[in-house]
Amino acid sequence: MSSVAGSSTRSRALSVGHAAGWAWGKLGDMLDGPFRALQRHIGAHRMAYVFLLPNILVFGLFSFWPMLLNFYIAFTGGQSVILSDRPFVGLDNFRELLNCPSYLDPKTCPVAGFSFWTGVWNTLFFAVVQVPVMIVTALITALILNREIRARGFWRAIYFYPVMLSPVVIAVTWDWVLKRRGILNALLENVVDGWNAFAGTTLFPFFLFTVLAIALSQLLARFSRPLAIGAALAIAPLVAWLVPHEVWSLPTYRPVNWLIDARSGWPTFWVIFVYTWGHLGFYMLILLAGLQAIPKDLYEAAEMDGTSRSRQFWRITLPLLAPTMIVVLVLSLIRAFQVFDEVYVLTGGGPGQATKMIVQHIYESAFIGDAKRYGIAAASSVLVAGVLLILTLAQLAATRKRAGG
Amino acid sequence: MITSVDVSGFLMRTRGRGRLHWSDWFVYAYLAIGVLVVALPILWMFMSSIKSPGALVENDPRLLPYEQLTTPSPDGQRRLGVFVWTKPDGAKADVAFVGPRGVNARVFDLAKPAEIFEVPRMSLARKDAVKPRWENYTDPTIGSAQSRTFNFLRYFWNSTFVTVVATLLTLVVNAMAAFALSKYKFRGRDAMVIVIVSTLLIPPTVILVPLFITVSSLGMLNTLWGVIIPAIATPTGVFLLRQYMLTIPDELLEAARMDAASEWKIFWRIMLPLTMPALSVLAILSVIWRWNDFMWPLIVLTQSEVFTLQLGLSTFKGELNDNMHYLLAMTVLTLLPVTLVFAFLQKHITTGIANTGLK
Repeated sequence: MSSVAGSSTRSRALSVGHAAGWAWGKLGDMLDGPFRALQRHIGAHRMAYVFLLPNILVFGLFSFWPMLLNFYIAFTGGQSVILSDRPFVGLDNFRELLNCPSYLDPKTCPVAGFSFWTGVWNTLFFAVVQVPVMIVTALITALILNREIRARGFWRAIYFYPVMLSPVVIAVTWDWVLKRRGILNALLENVVDGWNAFAGTTLFPFFLFTVLAIALSQLLARFSRPLAIGAALAIAPLVAWLVPHEVWSLPTYRPVNWLIDARSGWPTFWVIFVYTWGHLGFYMLILLAGLQAIPKDLYEAAEMDGTSRSRQFWRITLPLLAPTMIVVLVLSLIRAFQVFDEVYVLTGGGPGQATKMIVQHIYESAFIGDAKRYGIAAASSVLVAGVLLILTLAQLAATRKRAGG
Repeated sequence: MITSVDVSGFLMRTRGRGRLHWSDWFVYAYLAIGVLVVALPILWMFMSSIKSPGALVENDPRLLPYEQLTTPSPDGQRRLGVFVWTKPDGAKADVAFVGPRGVNARVFDLAKPAEIFEVPRMSLARKDAVKPRWENYTDPTIGSAQSRTFNFLRYFWNSTFVTVVATLLTLVVNAMAAFALSKYKFRGRDAMVIVIVSTLLIPPTVILVPLFITVSSLGMLNTLWGVIIPAIATPTGVFLLRQYMLTIPDELLEAARMDAASEWKIFWRIMLPLTMPALSVLAILSVIWRWNDFMWPLIVLTQSEVFTLQLGLSTFKGELNDNMHYLLAMTVLTLLPVTLVFAFLQKHITTGIANTGLK
């Protein structure tokens, strides 16, 4: 076996890829000695445990152990990272988080509870708004990219590309777009100014006339063709030349601090927008895979029966896509509850606490500021984990259903 | 790639007979808007990253990196901005702006620098030229006193180290586990598979604190190993590789055992090459994950000499806005590697993600 590989590598050694492959193989051969000795010692079939060992070690140490540890830390206080230095405080952490005159109004809670409930409500609002927006947009995109359009691969790649970008890059990019002297304001200013300048020109009535005439004739063509053309030719010029152009010009645009003014609601809007922008391609891809699994002949048969497009969508596409939709729904819900990176870099949770998410509360209570309140953070994690566990189990059920169906 | 016939077919395609159906219009509008929304910010980012700091501060909305032309003042002490002066008779001349005087400006003609005269400021228009500033890229990388707060080369090295080492370890460790779980029969194997796959259920966000305490007690805080090691045993990887290895016939391994190959040799010389398709999918995913990772490095790494690129970028963003030109250039450099990976391996990435359902 190895002699065959050896002779063939020599002839192809020029290529870098093969050189790397050759080195990779040699690396394995170097390790062969110790492993062979081990095998002689414990027997071939027990080598399975040796192969499993690194994975189990890392898993155990960095996944299972922390999971158990989380419950313990949630019942301890103090600021030490050394477990033996952490006094056991019982339910105090949970009491502080949950002891709140009004959960709906986090301002009434103690410090930790304030941060926690603000995070909870913001995250809930984020999830409730973002998930439907994401699913509908992803579905529309997937449906469009599943059509027989040219350069489909190119369009798919474009829509998928943001998924490749890191949250930090996404946040920096959109921060650059949205700041007061950012390009969105510049663009809107230019559009408004350009439109107003255009509305003042003598060319504008002709443009208005054409647009109005086409719109009117299209609208009325359903009833009667001569009427449509007559009305278009009669009403459009009246409107175009008699209405003063000031009516058509827009008010001067004032740049908006998109991410600063909490009362406007824009920070939350843009947080949702940017997150959707960054993750849409992922869900689109899953839905696309689901769409392609639907047999084509169903549509052909429907076409034969003269079934309308919309009816085909509601009666064939949607029911057959339902399992995929459920997976997407649960997956996007789980992800939405864990949102942190994009929002943290984009707004830092601000303005004020307007976009502070639950994960940011966990992060900040444990790692930011002088008081490292690991106990509070762990207790919050336990509460969040409960919600996530339910969602994840729902996802498992959904996945199993999909695999079974 | 797209021939003209394809393009005309693309443009002429219709749903109705003869005319474009409304849904066709909708599709084209959607695609056009989508491409604008996706590509424009990135394009703008790139074009802004080669603009001068001045153009960024005054927020020149033009796409191209325009910069005002300058000329040395007569005494050679400073550089003066060049303007186009429209004379009362409509002729134009290039002048250098020396200073303001009321509503007028003191200027001199570029052809006759000795003669300073006054013109109404309204008759002057900035003279711009396209001038990309590649210094935005070279200063923080090759070095300049101004950009010392952002040590690009160090962050880049840290990120590369984390990405490469973590990916190699992920591949080896997960492949070993998948090999054991797919090609050996031993007690508790199925339980093990369930346990490993069920780790998928643990949301990374809820074990932040105990993971931090574990890593800190192992003395891995502020080391790149603290970022690498906890991430290498991904259940996704084990699951993906095991599913693939199950399709490889056991007879191959039996034949090798007949030839007295050791178990390790079977794994390294037979199993790994045969699992290449699945390994490459996992490798691509791992590179993307590790390169883009933010939250975990943010917690483990607090000293700037071990920052990864993402961390450096985020702290750089939080600082003064004076270095916007550097921030934008470095952001472009940060997104470049994954963009290249994506450009070349697009098919593998999309199928890999669609199949595993995980990013």
